[in-house]
Amino acid sequence: MYLSSNKPHSVVNILIALGLGIVVALSSVNAFAELGEPEKDELTFGFIKLTDMAPIAIAYENGYFEDEGLYVTIEAQANWKVLLDGVIDGQLDGAHMLAGQPLAATIGYGTKAHIVTPFSMDLNGNGITVSNDIWEQMKEYVPTKNGKPVHPIKADYLKPVVENMADRGEAFKMGMVFPVSTHNYELRYWLAAGNIHPGYYAPHKGDTTGTIDAQALLSVTPPPQMPSTLEAGTIHGYCVGEPWNQQAVFKGIGVPVITDYEIWKNNPEKVFGMTKEFTEKYPNTTARVVKALIRAGKWLDADNNANRPAAVKILAQSNYVGADYEVIANSMTGTFEYQKGDRREVPDFNVFFRYNATYPYYSDAIWYLTQMRRWGQISEPKSDDWYKKVAADVYKPEIYTIAAKELITEGLLEASEFPNFDTESGFKPEQTEFIDGISYDGSKPNAYLEKFKIGLKQDVL
Amino acid sequence: MSMTNSQSEYPPSRSNLLTQNLLRWIKAFDIKGVVYPLLGIVIFCLLWSLAASRIDTSLGQFPGPSQVYSQALVLVDEHQAERVKETAFYQRQEIRNAKKLAENPDANTKIRQYTGKETFFEQIVTSLKTVLFGFIVASVIAIPAGIACGLSDGVYKAMNPLVQIFKPVSPLAWLPLITMVVSATYVSESPFFEKSFLVSAFTVSLCCLWPTLINTAVGVVNVDKDLLNVSRVIKLPATTHIRKIILPASVPMIFTGLRLSLATGWMVLIAAEMLSQNPGLGKFVWDEFQNGSSSSLARIMVAVVVIGLLGFALDRLILVLQKTVSWDKLAVLR
Repeated sequence: MYLSSNKPHSVVNILIALGLGIVVALSSVNAFAELGEPEKDELTFGFIKLTDMAPIAIAYENGYFEDEGLYVTIEAQANWKVLLDGVIDGQLDGAHMLAGQPLAATIGYGTKAHIVTPFSMDLNGNGITVSNDIWEQMKEYVPTKNGKPVHPIKADYLKPVVENMADRGEAFKMGMVFPVSTHNYELRYWLAAGNIHPGYYAPHKGDTTGTIDAQALLSVTPPPQMPSTLEAGTIHGYCVGEPWNQQAVFKGIGVPVITDYEIWKNNPEKVFGMTKEFTEKYPNTTARVVKALIRAGKWLDADNNANRPAAVKILAQSNYVGADYEVIANSMTGTFEYQKGDRREVPDFNVFFRYNATYPYYSDAIWYLTQMRRWGQISEPKSDDWYKKVAADVYKPEIYTIAAKELITEGLLEASEFPNFDTESGFKPEQTEFIDGISYDGSKPNAYLEKFKIGLKQDVL
Repeated sequence: MSMTNSQSEYPPSRSNLLTQNLLRWIKAFDIKGVVYPLLGIVIFCLLWSLAASRIDTSLGQFPGPSQVYSQALVLVDEHQAERVKETAFYQRQEIRNAKKLAENPDANTKIRQYTGKETFFEQIVTSLKTVLFGFIVASVIAIPAGIACGLSDGVYKAMNPLVQIFKPVSPLAWLPLITMVVSATYVSESPFFEKSFLVSAFTVSLCCLWPTLINTAVGVVNVDKDLLNVSRVIKLPATTHIRKIILPASVPMIFTGLRLSLATGWMVLIAAEMLSQNPGLGKFVWDEFQNGSSSSLARIMVAVVVIGLLGFALDRLILVLQKTVSWDKLAVLR
């Protein structure tokens, strides 16, 4: 229509039409064309020695990376800070990260860098362990049935112990793995749900210890060192991923009291983080990495965890997690040993694929942001739109979708194994299964924050 | 073979001869040189296994010599298993490349390095390379600087405060600085050296500098006055003076410095690798500690023994070097 007109502004119109045409053409190329060769095929990925790094190890060992034409080297990192710095300065092309890390890095809490995640690695998988001594003291408050403690054990039973210690002038200390770790927020959630104040952060005043008003002092310890730090008496308990809770049981130095599954059922845990620059410079590589990881996740959960023993054998190798087979197997094969001998079925303790575990939901990102705000790491109140914008900056379901569709085309996975990509909004429906009964709707972060008894709302410290 | 000979020639006194031979053997054998060290090692191992059986750690019993030995064998097995995987890796790659070429004859194919884990033995090689590189860099700087200090009082006075201040600083304190500087300045698309290699090597260099520098300076200062006078009388040019008089005369002191340097360098390297997670024996030890499996302690102990043996070997290496370089072939070196 415009093309046939002879009006003076027709040139502009032609350009607009051409532009539109190109956009349409490009997007259709994106949607239907087969994924091209990887732009970068020699990659190095970092991980921390935890069982939830399994998708990376499996993608390597089962040859999924190689199927995508990727030659990947996997390197254990000393702690989360070293790992994040490695990704930022390019020594690592991607890494197993705490869900909070890409978010915190992008909003500039701690090291500032734009990290994104196209793949969520797993659900659940953490536990809270207290020392034998603390367990002895809190045991009398814990209700029992048939001689065994009734789970979930709330922090309410820990509160009198903490108060007694405070009366004696002793500080109650717990370890978590990183200031923006899922463990920090889960531990805080659990403590606060039992009316124990875990302390606020005030980064605008230079206070990043997170102990303002605290009844429990939380500090950072790298996961593999948790048991030895507990044993040395430096901390009274910790929140960490596996196998380090089961290790405490095996070594007889502590008692895991609760898993994060019981604090928030099917909570998102680790993500696969890469720099935004990397994903833009190497889009094919990124999508292929996600493809390999999705296949690994599926393999890990296939046939009701039938492959888990084989996975544990791989993880027990010294270059991966390296702990003893029995220790890793305890949680990975769907059981969890609370006290010695008190082994219970927790089939969903580690979820790698079921319940769309690998899809990067915006609502998951926003939950972590609300907790950063709740404890003062984000020092000022933010609008609901801000939360959504940050989530969309960091979580990249669009890359996931490309990878998933490719896998469906190749016949490796069924469309039914994924969310419906045409209708998926990235927001999970309101979730209710929290230990304190408070429900979470990712689209209303500020309203959610108002529901907590302990925690910052519209106030600034 | 000689036994059968002697048997046929003097059958009657066979046992006699045997004892005689044995005695001669033992005499020829340097008792103090071989038996005593062996005795020392045996006693140590006995005490070790006695003590180990009494120490219960949260990772199980402390490993005795036999556990350590069996873990050493496991490490060898792991190395061989990894080699098998490596071969398979390259085969798969070739097949994949061939397929790619069949689909598209212009496809750009190449063979990638094996991506599997570094085995214990590869980590040993990495550590040795790193320490030698760092040591050579340090020596190339320290020996000329030491000679300059020894020759000129002015240079000595200028350098002395700096040397005295930096010498006692643990190179590990430098590690974070070196890490940042290397990652900021060493930027290239296809680097010849790994960054982590350079970080460890420069950390080693920093601690290898001082003993060599100081000992070289002292050696140069103490060169025999007669030699210096001779040089002055025959008016040797400065370079010849250094080459023909100063260097040969101060060789023993320079090598004392080098040996001290290499020994501390080796110690520091292990610590640096541990701290910075750079590949090598230090990382092996740290990784095993982090793993916390029931065999971790024994594997660490294997590394401890290997670190010690290699440190000893490195020291001998410098000694051999000194013997070849020194003009005085009769000097007693220990």
